[in-house]
Amino acid sequence: MNIYSREIKDKLKSAMIWSVSLFLLVLLFMSLYPSFATDESIFEMVLENYPEVMLKAMGMTGVNMATVIGFFTFCMLFAQICFAVQASIYGFSILSEEERDMTADFLLTKPIRRSKVFFSKLAAALTALVITNAAFWGSTYLCLSLFNGGHKYDPKVFAQMLSVLILFQLFFLGVGMVISMSVKKIKSVLSYSMGLAFGMYIVSASGSIIGEERLSYITPFKYFEPNSFITEGGYDTAMIIICAAVIVVSISAAFFLYNRRNIRTAS
Amino acid sequence: MSIIEITNLTKFYGKNRGIEDVSLSVNEGEIFGFIGPNGAGKSTTIRLMLSLIYPTSGTATIFGKDCIKFGHEIRNDIGYLPSEVFYYDKMKVKDLLKYSASFYKGDYTKRIKELADIMELDLNRKIDDLSYGNKKKVGIVQGLLHRPKLIMLDEPTSGLDPLMQQKFFDLILEENKNGATVFFSSHILGEVQKLCNRVAIIREGHIIKIEDIKTLRQDTYKKVYIKTKKTAGDPAKFPGVSNVEVLDGEIRFLYKGDITELLQLVMKNKVDDVNIEEPTLEEVFMHYYQ
Repeated sequence: MNIYSREIKDKLKSAMIWSVSLFLLVLLFMSLYPSFATDESIFEMVLENYPEVMLKAMGMTGVNMATVIGFFTFCMLFAQICFAVQASIYGFSILSEEERDMTADFLLTKPIRRSKVFFSKLAAALTALVITNAAFWGSTYLCLSLFNGGHKYDPKVFAQMLSVLILFQLFFLGVGMVISMSVKKIKSVLSYSMGLAFGMYIVSASGSIIGEERLSYITPFKYFEPNSFITEGGYDTAMIIICAAVIVVSISAAFFLYNRRNIRTAS
Repeated sequence: MSIIEITNLTKFYGKNRGIEDVSLSVNEGEIFGFIGPNGAGKSTTIRLMLSLIYPTSGTATIFGKDCIKFGHEIRNDIGYLPSEVFYYDKMKVKDLLKYSASFYKGDYTKRIKELADIMELDLNRKIDDLSYGNKKKVGIVQGLLHRPKLIMLDEPTSGLDPLMQQKFFDLILEENKNGATVFFSSHILGEVQKLCNRVAIIREGHIIKIEDIKTLRQDTYKKVYIKTKKTAGDPAKFPGVSNVEVLDGEIRFLYKGDITELLQLVMKNKVDDVNIEEPTLEEVFMHYYQ
């Protein structure tokens, strides 16, 4: 418990900042909705001005933005990028930070197995992700009830849409962890995290533009494209299975590598 | 009973040599010196014993247990002070030491206070605000607070002022008197000679010699400088003297043998100044390389 408690103190602050930022994001988007919802023609005007490619890239094709869920889909796109960055930062940092800050010499010479360190850190990161997710659910339902513009929406569909966010994040967490254990040293967590999160987004966006189906198997932005709820009525089960497989494999591989890792010194 | 038993331990970092074929054993209650220049493989050896890194080949056992398989059990009774200390910057000294103690069974609050008093360490300061020397003190306290049976010191004195060094040596000697075995790595021959019973010399990843400290002392050269106007006889003819250089009223030579005989020789002459120096570590190595 001692490692977990120390880790969680660090992570709680970060989870709070992400929760507040995501709340502000939903608030900003949804507060605009009532004024748009009164006049559907505004949307059509806005969307007409966007080139087709752009809409495809943002996964906004076949979405009626005048509906609550259609508008929220647009908001989810940005929220997902934030969620991806948060999970990537945790993934790249939890196993590598002690080695980079040289505190590994302190922690790993204590009478504990490395597996205990691994699971304590993983548990602390998971806690922080769950807290952020819970806060996002709260923010979403609060903003939906405040800014629905009198339009009807099905809360269950939103719940389904939000419930996969944790899987979406675990993908980035796991991949971040295994990459951080495969390289000699992560000099900057932030640049790796941004690279992974935006890289995956770009793969997803370009896949949509060129209509390449196969690309959608490698990026969680495609597994959990918010508009699939509108166009297909839900997430693709096959994609969820792929995502779960990537999570299991990457976290197991990170565990394997961490247990065998040579901890480097300052020199 | 041997506390540490290292057999043919080898570590390569890719193609770079860490240590090669190192074998040594340390007995219970011993203060064992491990000496060599920077980059010789001292830290590598210690880190292998702590399983911070894993060997390419060979084995190391501590308390009769394999360092890798039973690492977490062995480390219950090991106190480690790394050559460079790094701790969580945001924590207070007090909290860090409490965190450190939380890994061991028992209550060490009193012991922390006691050690901090000896080392004059302020427990309420933030790690980030500490000077290097003060961080080193934190390292000493966290390394000793759980009364380890084996103390591993990796160049422990860097950053400590002479007064603190003395206090630290006294602490180590006291722990040793209470039964702790000490593995002391250093590149300063003087401090090893002061503390240790036996010493292993490592150079370029290989153990050159494992020797009783007394024998090592007798076996090494002293550097002698004598300032004199005239000398009676040729110093090079005196047994044990070599590498004589005569420069402008100063004679320099290396001496190996009984120091009393040397002093008697010096006294026969009218000398202005005498300087007898310990050889530098490098010179000791040169000796073992011949």
